[in-house]
Amino acid sequence: MSISGAGVSSRMAEIAGDANVASDPAQIAAYQIDGKSPMTVVRPGSSEEVVEIVKFAEREKLAIVPTAGRTKLGIGMPPRQYDVALDMTRMDRIVAYDPGDLTLSVETGIPLHKFASALAEHRQFLPLAVPFMNRATAGGTIASGVDSPLRQMYGTARDFVLGMEFVTGDGIAAKSGGRVVKNVTGYDIHKMMIGALGTLGVITRINFRTFPLPRATRTCIATFRDPASAFRLRDAIAKSVLRPQSVEILAATGGTTAELGRRAAVSFDHNAWSVVVSFAGDEQVLDRDRRELEALTRGADRSALESFTELRAEPAENASRHIANLPGAILERFPAAAIFKISALPTDLAALASGMQAIEIPWLVVMRGLGVTYLALLPPDRSDGSLRLMTRECARLFSLSGKAPWGRAVLLWCPPELKTEINVWGAPFGDFPLMQKLKNVFDPSGILSPGRFIGGL
Amino acid sequence: MDSRLLHDLTKLLGPRGVLHQPEDLMLYEYDGSVELARPDCVVFPRATADVVEIVRLANRHQVPLVGRGTGTGLSGGAIARHGGIIVSFARMKSILEIDSENQRAIVQPGVVNADLSVAVEHLGLHFAPDPSSQKACTIGGNVSENSGGPHTLAYGVTTNHVVSLEIVLPSGELTRLGSAALDPPGYDLTGLFVGSEGTFGLVTEITVKLTRNPEAVKTLLAVFDSVDDATETVAEITARGITPAACEMLDGWTIRAVEDYVHAGFPLDCAAILLIEVDGLREVAEAEAREVADVCELHHAREVRVAKDARERDLLWKGRKNAFGAAGRLAPSYYTQDGVIPRTKLPAMLRRIGEISKKYGLQIGNVFHAGDGNLHPIILFDERNAQQFRDTIRAGDEIIEFCIQMGGSITGEHGVGMEKDRLMPLLFSEADLALMRRVRDVFNPEGLLNPGKILPTSKGCGEIYVRPRPAAAAPSA
Repeated sequence: MSISGAGVSSRMAEIAGDANVASDPAQIAAYQIDGKSPMTVVRPGSSEEVVEIVKFAEREKLAIVPTAGRTKLGIGMPPRQYDVALDMTRMDRIVAYDPGDLTLSVETGIPLHKFASALAEHRQFLPLAVPFMNRATAGGTIASGVDSPLRQMYGTARDFVLGMEFVTGDGIAAKSGGRVVKNVTGYDIHKMMIGALGTLGVITRINFRTFPLPRATRTCIATFRDPASAFRLRDAIAKSVLRPQSVEILAATGGTTAELGRRAAVSFDHNAWSVVVSFAGDEQVLDRDRRELEALTRGADRSALESFTELRAEPAENASRHIANLPGAILERFPAAAIFKISALPTDLAALASGMQAIEIPWLVVMRGLGVTYLALLPPDRSDGSLRLMTRECARLFSLSGKAPWGRAVLLWCPPELKTEINVWGAPFGDFPLMQKLKNVFDPSGILSPGRFIGGL
Repeated sequence: MDSRLLHDLTKLLGPRGVLHQPEDLMLYEYDGSVELARPDCVVFPRATADVVEIVRLANRHQVPLVGRGTGTGLSGGAIARHGGIIVSFARMKSILEIDSENQRAIVQPGVVNADLSVAVEHLGLHFAPDPSSQKACTIGGNVSENSGGPHTLAYGVTTNHVVSLEIVLPSGELTRLGSAALDPPGYDLTGLFVGSEGTFGLVTEITVKLTRNPEAVKTLLAVFDSVDDATETVAEITARGITPAACEMLDGWTIRAVEDYVHAGFPLDCAAILLIEVDGLREVAEAEAREVADVCELHHAREVRVAKDARERDLLWKGRKNAFGAAGRLAPSYYTQDGVIPRTKLPAMLRRIGEISKKYGLQIGNVFHAGDGNLHPIILFDERNAQQFRDTIRAGDEIIEFCIQMGGSITGEHGVGMEKDRLMPLLFSEADLALMRRVRDVFNPEGLLNPGKILPTSKGCGEIYVRPRPAAAAPSA
């Protein structure tokens, strides 16, 4: 980079308009990533403007980080270089919504709640119950690849994103996929954009498949005194005829997590393992769901069962919302928390649970029925001693990552101080050389979120 | 073909592992499409190590490689367009592992789709993608083409059920993409690879998800005197928030062709039928079946029949899945198109197909996956009549052009292959295609793997079609 800050701002203003460029410290502070501030914030209003901004940045070797709701800037490693925050919030339109075709096309910066209400008018929805729901945007949710408890029934973005438009690191507007629910035309490049943390392109438009909104939901919670019983119930549900929309196993070391537990309608007392199962359908079906689940619960392990409760309507929805937002709630309550996402198989969960007994810091765990696990370490404070202990524990947990029966771990959120000691992505695997080559195709000058992703991509 | 290469391949695989006589190669010059091209030889690896060695040899001699399962594809994906070696996975057909606890299976690419579901039936599981050719097609082929089928409306296509792949790159390097566990960190290379139509690598191992069988299944047959009534029924089922496991439509002409062949009990004098399946918990299936029946009647269905038992259900499905075979009996050849439209545009699409049929004087039957707007017009022709063959291709193109005008796509499940590469510019800009080309080059820099597929060559639209093969009742999705 050779151009001055003022030079960058004035060119950005030419492209996006004066009102959409900011460079004073107060405004820029809100775009910090791990303590690093950009030189300029620019808010493009169209894909064409994104193209111009990216072309200019490439010419001047300026590093760009796309963002919108700014709820997930803490994910990944700090960028190697950070000059321009590309704030996508002006691109917030619903481009097309065809309820009869179950398709929705949105601009990237649209808040999730904004189109949720448009879909609800037609009794449809997108199964993206993700953390920071009230502020998160479509683009950020997709680019960060966060998942949702509802994946048990609906899968992840990988399963219902139909196509995308994006701008590559050399300023080319391109697309893949389409706007119909079934399509095998060309390479599925958009699949790679999901969870790529903005390192392959700036997503400008996303086409989704929508789903009918369930007529009613119900949540059942079985609480056990040991993890083995909870896993037995998970297994029994998986082998049953039940089709829950979510299955979550929750536990924590108690004490300071009690409030988080209450909001999610579960007990976080020490040794309490709760299986939270939510169902969707009409009342008659929900009655059957509840009956079957209760039978499975009592069959799983009567002696270890502490309670079986059922929530309906508003309380059920509240609990589901809180469970989906747990990473967000944890970070609010414990700003120094470290949250691992572990890519595990259901049969790995027992080993994970026993490994957690050795952790010397209070923890909270959310295990999805499909295996994906969120493990939060909750230090009591941000003191040097706490951070040292956290670093040690995280390094120890990483040493297990990728080895059977553990899944691969990623440190999704943690205090920036830890990132000087630990690479939050762990070590890359055998397919990494292909990822590097693909990164070079999409971002030949390495200006898109450089260094934030796995292996320094 | 270089005699040294042939010698090395024979040394590696044994004389029974290599075919190179013209009369043998003839069997490998076509698939389920109307395309045709002869390979120089066909090899039959027994293990991943063989595949690695074949790829290295081909690479050394700079000879193209084309992977092939059982050749049921419908877009020429498994045809050696520019000659070279066809790698048949017919001998790599083992189910390597069934992990019922985690609902995963690891299979070799030559495993036949339906065989996997049969192998896990006792566990109450199945492999969800179900192309109509599922009794013949292989999972390796499904991965390459990202195959669909009637039940993909509710259960998704192949990509939704594949979590990890072992692949051999054209350099001969063996790599694993993805993992059995969900959400491995890094770019979703598995998602990128599925549907790459054999242009990225040869697949040697596939890890798939297995799906729990539903407690109950209800299959309904609804008979309509007007096509519009049938399409409006589909729209209202969606509007009511019901996602059937399958929702298929056959038009009157196709019904009569099928009935004459399969005797599925379809009425001969109707304009359209819908074959709708709902599943799930008993209560769900029953309630949805009732509501679907109500919607059908509301839209003037002449008759709504619910299959009483598995036998009746199988018969209805046999009628649907043999629609293409039935059409094949009525003309020397037929061409199955595969377009996609937003489902609400079905009535306009059907009218347009009617016009095209009239314009060229060609009989066109219509079979739709109505629930997801994926249509399979069957165009009958006689390949001895050169003009008719050209008209058939033109009629197919016009149907596809209308799909694009309606906001749809040029292929829903058959793939682009060598059938539709020249149509890609109708949907994608030069920039889109250039990026796809660069992505392909990451995997396949020298273009040795399945050359002449998916991406249009610079020749563009003027390409001359190879002559059609003789008629055969090729299965279709």
